[in-house]
Amino acid sequence: MSDTTDTNATTATPHKAGLFDVRNIIGALMAVYGVILTLAGLLGEHEPEKTGGVNANLWTGLALLVVGAFFIGWARLRPIVVPSDFDRPDDDPTRPAPQRKRPPAH
Amino acid sequence: MSSDTLIDASWLDYLLVAIYFGFVLGIGVMARRSVSDSIDFFLSGRSLPAWVTGLAFISANLGAVEIMGMSANGAEIGLPTVHYFWVGAVPAMLFLGVVMMPFYYGSKVRSVPEFMFRRFGTGAHLVNAISFAVAQLLIAGINLALLAGIVHALLGWPIWIALVVAGAVVLSYITLGGLSAAIYNEVLQFFVIVASLLPLTLIGLHRVGGWDGLTDKVDAAAANAPADAAVAPGSQQLESWPGQALSGFDSPLLSVIGIVFGLGFVLSFGYWTTNFVEVQRAMASDSISAARKTPIIGAFPKMFVPFIVIVPGMVSAVLVQEMIDLKSGGSPEGGASGEGVAYNDALLLLMRDVLPNGLLGLAIAGLLAAFMAGMAANISAFNTVFSYDLWQRYIRKDHSDDYYLRIGRLATVGATVIAIFTAQIALGYDNIMNYLQTLFGFFNAPLFATFILGMFWKRMTPTAGWVGLVFGTLSAIAVDRLAAAGVIDLPGQGAAFLAASTAFVVDIVLSVIVSLVTKPKPASELRGLVYSETPREDLVDPDEAAMPWWRRTIPLASIALAMVIVLNFAF
Repeated sequence: MSDTTDTNATTATPHKAGLFDVRNIIGALMAVYGVILTLAGLLGEHEPEKTGGVNANLWTGLALLVVGAFFIGWARLRPIVVPSDFDRPDDDPTRPAPQRKRPPAH
Repeated sequence: MSSDTLIDASWLDYLLVAIYFGFVLGIGVMARRSVSDSIDFFLSGRSLPAWVTGLAFISANLGAVEIMGMSANGAEIGLPTVHYFWVGAVPAMLFLGVVMMPFYYGSKVRSVPEFMFRRFGTGAHLVNAISFAVAQLLIAGINLALLAGIVHALLGWPIWIALVVAGAVVLSYITLGGLSAAIYNEVLQFFVIVASLLPLTLIGLHRVGGWDGLTDKVDAAAANAPADAAVAPGSQQLESWPGQALSGFDSPLLSVIGIVFGLGFVLSFGYWTTNFVEVQRAMASDSISAARKTPIIGAFPKMFVPFIVIVPGMVSAVLVQEMIDLKSGGSPEGGASGEGVAYNDALLLLMRDVLPNGLLGLAIAGLLAAFMAGMAANISAFNTVFSYDLWQRYIRKDHSDDYYLRIGRLATVGATVIAIFTAQIALGYDNIMNYLQTLFGFFNAPLFATFILGMFWKRMTPTAGWVGLVFGTLSAIAVDRLAAAGVIDLPGQGAAFLAASTAFVVDIVLSVIVSLVTKPKPASELRGLVYSETPREDLVDPDEAAMPWWRRTIPLASIALAMVIVLNFAF
């Protein structure tokens, strides 16, 4: 999938995924959208003729804030620990390339 | 804002779109930044809980084509569209998890051309690699056409300029490393799409007076439509079975058979069990048990997706003036293609009419993300097959890695240019789902036949492998041409179902006949490729028996099956 992975990093010590935890990324995006839409709902034009009278931006914004908080909170409470070593998938001899036989970078 | 654009976006909408792309590019940059970080990145992707792989599994499929195609279908024929989910997806996903996945996991086959090469050798591999590459180019054209439609709707540019610009944007998205973080982007995209389609559905339903209001309006519209508009009766649009509006058969019995066999068996099993873009999501997990549960967990959200894609399409058909005109036989001006409104525009027009600025931007971000990710996936799949399966294996062997990387980059540019032309074909279809199902009939149905026969019948020979594929595809094309010429008269997606079923039957029959007169591979070369030659201990997970019932494969699959049966009766 990536051409930046390298074999010598397999010896890294166990640690938390942190920022790379997908729940943090989802949570952050949802929270940012939530803040913007909530503000748009409170300060912006309401456009009730489109939505049939509901302040859709405000309600969606609040819902997204809840979702965002849920994901970030979940990632805080149950962090993912990256294992120190793992099995790399084998090269497939019947498939011509791409092969992982680059010399170590360091 | 100029008044000739379909959608009036404000700075607020553009801000929300920009934030999304900031996130996507930011993930790509972070992934490249340092080696150790990128290891974390991919590993945290792998050690994620099963619900995330399950979501990624369906997000890879909940792309642009599905959103636009299913809402177009919903607008045109109503509730029978749910068969694409409840008959055409969920059973196949459960089958994949229960039966096929242990086998894939055990045999470590990672792509369809790879399976073809190991099971049947060069002939079937070459045929499959070429047809796969062509299919990816045609499907990339669909995504590009939809993307250009949004650009046109937003900015009012002529469609061909929009196509070229959209192609250039996708190209830079691929080069900037958007793909290195595919699984992240897919999960992210899923949430953005749900966050925009759910409010769209709720507001749309609110505007038409709830579910009862919707059914009343659909009934009234169907009753008042002129006869030459060929609108399905309200009762057919509001009941999923027998689904004549979908299959095009007049007889309810034939319609049910057509849907169950054509869509439910050939097309959907063919799609879900041989689509390695999705299967790979599951194979990245840490055990057979987790890999098996991935499509099964994905089946739960998949069951409810129709409510946020088909229902807005149905609402659009009774709420948006252009769609009402279109459905009662008119040909209103405008639309995303610039050449008149089509059913494909159902969702965009509903967004224009019911979403306030802000939510509109969220919806646009979700759609753009889906189209770009979809096209990028097609292009990079093409790129891999072209560079390694075709170029390296058959044209220039034994060059350096750099050489093939360069070929890959050229292939990416070439594929994008070709997609601009295949997009023209897609634009010629009023309802994109008809086109897509036709393509699946050409490429997936014979592939599935060869795949499943080769997997369960060790006698099947290498010659039978490529003969079945070639003639299966040719027979599907023949049926499609006969339908286009009017010899076979099936409206809706009936012709595509018939073509797929024909391809499947022709492939199986020819493969069996050819196998009986040619020489099979020795059994020693079939271990891990044919079910009967693969040791059973490769196929079970010894730890699973100790887990609580709600984490075991079979109970989860049974619950999903029961739920989807209930849904079929309820609607």
